[in-house]
Amino acid sequence: MNRKKLQKLTDSLTKNCKHFNKFEVKCLLNLFYNLVGDVTEWQSVVVGLDRNAFRNILHVTFGMTDDMIMDRVFRGFDKDNDGCITVSEWVHGLSVFLRGTLEEKMKYCFDVFDLNGDGFVSKEEIFHMLKNSLLKQPSEEDPDEGVKDLVEITLKKMDHDHDGKLSFADYEQAVREETLLLEAFGPCLPDPKSQKEFEAQVFKDPNEFNEV
Amino acid sequence: MGAALTRSAQWTAAGHGARALETTPLNEAILKEIIVFVESSIYKHPQEANYVFVEPLEWKTNLDPSAFGSGYVVSETTVKSEEADKNGQPLLFLSVPQIKIRSFGQLSRVLYIAKNTKLKEAQACIEANRNPIAKILGLDYNMINEINEDSSVLTILDKITKDDDPESEIKMKIALLLKQLDLHLLNRSLKNISLEIRLNPGTVKNDIELLKRFSGKGEQTALESIEYTSDYEFSNGCRAPPWRQIQGEICYVLVKPHDAETLCITCSKEGVFLNGGKTDDEGEINYERKGEIYKDLVTLLREKSAIFSENMSQQEVRFNEEQQKEKDQPNEAPEEEAATLHKASTAFRRSALEKKQVSLGRSQMTKRLEPSLNWKTTVDARENKSSLRDTQEEKHGGRLEKSRPSTSPGRAQLIRKSAEKIEEIISESSSESEEDEEPPDHLQESNADLPSEYWQIQKLVKYLKGGNQTATAIALCSMKDFNLAQETCQLAIRDVGGLEVLINLLETDEVKCQIGSLKILKEISHNPQIRRHIVDLGGLPAMLNILDSPHKSLKCLAAETIANVAKFKRAWRAVRRHGGITKLVALLDWRQHSTEAARRSLYEARDGEVARCGALALWSCSKSYANKEAIRRAGGIPLLARLLKTSQESTLIPVVGTLQECASQENYRAAIKAEGIIENLVKNLSSGNEHLQECCAMAICQCAEDEETRDLVRLRGGLKPLASLLSNTDNKQRLAAVTGAIWKCSISKENVTKLREYKAIEALVGLLTDQPEEVLVNAVGALGECCREPEGRVTVRKRGGVQPLVDLLVSTNRALLVNVTKAVGACAVEPESMMIIDHLDGVRLLWSLLKNPHPDVKASAAWALCPCIQNAKDAGEMVRSFVGGLELVVNLLKSDNKEVLASVCAAITNIAKDQENLAVLTDHGVVPLLSKLANTTDDKLRRHLAEAISRCCTWGRNRVAFGKHRAVAPLVQYLKSNDTSVHRATAQALYQLSEDADNCITMHENGAVKGSSALSGVKSPCLCFSSFPLTHGLREQSDETGRGERGDTKIRRRRDRKSL
Repeated sequence: MNRKKLQKLTDSLTKNCKHFNKFEVKCLLNLFYNLVGDVTEWQSVVVGLDRNAFRNILHVTFGMTDDMIMDRVFRGFDKDNDGCITVSEWVHGLSVFLRGTLEEKMKYCFDVFDLNGDGFVSKEEIFHMLKNSLLKQPSEEDPDEGVKDLVEITLKKMDHDHDGKLSFADYEQAVREETLLLEAFGPCLPDPKSQKEFEAQVFKDPNEFNEV
Repeated sequence: MGAALTRSAQWTAAGHGARALETTPLNEAILKEIIVFVESSIYKHPQEANYVFVEPLEWKTNLDPSAFGSGYVVSETTVKSEEADKNGQPLLFLSVPQIKIRSFGQLSRVLYIAKNTKLKEAQACIEANRNPIAKILGLDYNMINEINEDSSVLTILDKITKDDDPESEIKMKIALLLKQLDLHLLNRSLKNISLEIRLNPGTVKNDIELLKRFSGKGEQTALESIEYTSDYEFSNGCRAPPWRQIQGEICYVLVKPHDAETLCITCSKEGVFLNGGKTDDEGEINYERKGEIYKDLVTLLREKSAIFSENMSQQEVRFNEEQQKEKDQPNEAPEEEAATLHKASTAFRRSALEKKQVSLGRSQMTKRLEPSLNWKTTVDARENKSSLRDTQEEKHGGRLEKSRPSTSPGRAQLIRKSAEKIEEIISESSSESEEDEEPPDHLQESNADLPSEYWQIQKLVKYLKGGNQTATAIALCSMKDFNLAQETCQLAIRDVGGLEVLINLLETDEVKCQIGSLKILKEISHNPQIRRHIVDLGGLPAMLNILDSPHKSLKCLAAETIANVAKFKRAWRAVRRHGGITKLVALLDWRQHSTEAARRSLYEARDGEVARCGALALWSCSKSYANKEAIRRAGGIPLLARLLKTSQESTLIPVVGTLQECASQENYRAAIKAEGIIENLVKNLSSGNEHLQECCAMAICQCAEDEETRDLVRLRGGLKPLASLLSNTDNKQRLAAVTGAIWKCSISKENVTKLREYKAIEALVGLLTDQPEEVLVNAVGALGECCREPEGRVTVRKRGGVQPLVDLLVSTNRALLVNVTKAVGACAVEPESMMIIDHLDGVRLLWSLLKNPHPDVKASAAWALCPCIQNAKDAGEMVRSFVGGLELVVNLLKSDNKEVLASVCAAITNIAKDQENLAVLTDHGVVPLLSKLANTTDDKLRRHLAEAISRCCTWGRNRVAFGKHRAVAPLVQYLKSNDTSVHRATAQALYQLSEDADNCITMHENGAVKGSSALSGVKSPCLCFSSFPLTHGLREQSDETGRGERGDTKIRRRRDRKSL
């Protein structure tokens, strides 16, 4: 990518994303292009991270293991749903992922959890997400019993308008009361340690970075 | 018959001589049978009836010879039957009282003649002839009897066929008859036994409880009253005394039916019967049975009281039900347990939480599913621990009544509905049965409460154990919603091993889990038991490690939890051992934290929070002495000081709290002074927050042990706010702290002046009534200090403070007494106050405090007595008026405590001003006691002792006595001390003593003159004066001998020395 374009991109992204400064954006871009590989720009082909590559990053860098959640995170990053994360999606996504405000994170998490995108997290969706969260008890006849119960508990706690499903308002209210519930249905945000490591690694010394 | 007699007849215990048959129904029955057999033998078996026994049956009889009629030769004391055997021996021979009978026929005739005393005769006969068969038929037949019963009949038949002897044929027949009789008797006794209701304590108790329910005033009740004679119940359920329990008696009841006299009834294992009643004088029960034995109380009462049977039959149905239920209870319970346990293990865990429904014997009640095992064991444990069985039975009874209708729909509901709905059923059923409960049964209600939350929490703990991070987070959040301050919830967590799980979560790296777990631990650690558990499980090291984490909110939570947990010794030690104090002190340094890059993370807290939480934790930990040291060494004080200056109230309170705890130590006080903390404390006294004010006042109180601090408090204007806080008496704790601070500050004179300005004294006087003890101790202490000044005394008097002070002399609190006596003593310096004290009989009260077991109270009282005696009018008279008072004082000289001794000596000095009293003191032996004390090195004691001695010398031959008791020589040594008051007192004493020549010699020998002339250079005029006569006296002596050299001369005694 030629320098000017890069510069322009950096500037625009810095303006849009409130959480990264110019230097950091540059680092991220660098990282992105390293990951994607040295591909010359083709007009027709959209350059970006595909699902596997992204999930790889999530797994390796951030230690995420839940397939379903990772898939959803990808979906969360890939706003236009084209199966590929472009550079701007990448930077935007990371800004929320790493440094989002509570509101931004709430929105992001809710989108992750809302499996069918209808604006509500229903009981079945919750069940789906929590399905593997309990160790199967050997004496239980019905292994899903515990999960069902857990789902009930969660719903009871978070469903404030008592309509049997979680709207964003419900979710937001619940999270404001109890921050731990932000990632109630699965870890879709990085844990602080890996976040720190990532940032330390990526946002290295400015003097090193001179040329694109 | 032999078998029946040996086996089923009831004999008395084999003790001495012949055993007797007990008079029991069974025995009676047996005897009756035997009688019937014998009597009928004439008619049924005439041949056998004439058979002559091998040996006669002999026994003592009560029959009178005159009773015998035809067929007998009767004389005065003998009767012979006309019938005789082959040898002409009469078959019956009676020579009073012995009777011998040799045939059944005669036997039956005798029984006929005996008529009413048949039973007794039969009994006597059996008792005397233990083995009748041997006597009747001969020994060989007896043998047969004893062998196996089945074959014995055959052997008899054998014998019949073998033997041709007609005699033996008859014998056989008789043997057979007797065998039959035996069997008959055994059968009969079996029947009798089975007829008996063997009562046991449980059934008796139930009966009585039920009857109690149906008794009371009014017409509808069956009885007026029924009660036990004894309140004490043994562990086996019986109330009869042990020696009666052996007889099988269970308890005794007094029953008052509507239409009869009070009945005294014994309930025993065999049944219920009337006893001899209570002998009025002692209230002892006459245990003799006075009537028939009934199978139970109800039957007996029906017999005795018509109204009872009437009313009972009305309520009969209900009563029987209850009885049946009660009877079924013990039988049902064990079956229940087995069945339900089995069910619980197979059913799924989170099955419905139904209560245990016990089915009635009669109705077809289905059993509900059991709750989880855990709950059941807890409930069982509770039930076992619960009071009497009857409350439990009542509970069952009450529950059973109404539960019947609800069971069948309940069952259907149970299976279909989900967990949530089942809770509703529980609450429904519980409310149903609670409505019908007669007396409030707490066990019942707590069972109803327990299941829902208890069970839910246990479920959540299970998810914690078996869930991944997500499930854990959800479970933790949900758990926090319960009212964790409630003990049941706390124990629910503990019982299922929740504490281990929570602590394990702390040790993971997952921030969310740690936070969630800490939030819960923080709440439940308010419970002392849980705290101990947490420490036992190693929770503290885990929490201390978390303090190292970079997340502020985590640190805050951890510190707060530590603050809650560290409230006892083991915890403090654990914190210290794991280097916790250093970490907590580090938390106080919030500046350090804020230098980190401000990372907007979700889990951040304000910096001030961290310091506050750290201070909270330190406050809890600082209650331990070793921790106080550790805090200081870790550099805690400068940090605390800094926090004081800059923080807001919520942080200030724990900071000041910590300072106040630690300020009890010397090194702290120095550091506190250095850091200028006092200023801040004083400033915060004026803050609006009551708790803060309290803590500051406490801190000042602790620090004011030191004089510089006291001045600092004054200089920084601390006394004014303290004085103003006195007027606000609502918050007792704060008031106690404020008065404490004032007390300690008032030790400095300048402070007293200031306090007077602020009208503190008036306020303190106002606090003398109607305040809790902590406040009183401090207030009185303060007044005591203030009254050292004359203006203070006047103020107290004018404000009417003297009376409440004197009133307090009767309190029992040791610290209070010490202060009160001091205050009263201080007031007594002023003559007008002294009058008031005297008027209120205060001196007597003080005197009686000399008997108080605590030495400090004694000493303080004695000190207080000195000014009282000095300033009272007619002091001598007053002192004499106390019965045994002088003796008491003298006896105190035997004490070990130096303070007591010094004070008593001072008191004696004052008392001895009056000559009469001095005489009395001397009579009580004050001189030898004082002399014994002379060998002390304690300056205070020396001084007062010397004064006392000097005073006592003015009476009679006390001087000489002191000399004899060797008091003089040690006194001389006092001159070597550094204390001028000691010198003065000693000089006076020696002066007084020197009037006796012998004493002079002793003094001289001990180098008194040298010592005292050295003293004459001293400024004190009285000292010079005192030493002058001494030396003069000694010089005179030495002059007399003509040598004139000091110290080396031997002086011969002179008898007639004139005293100067």
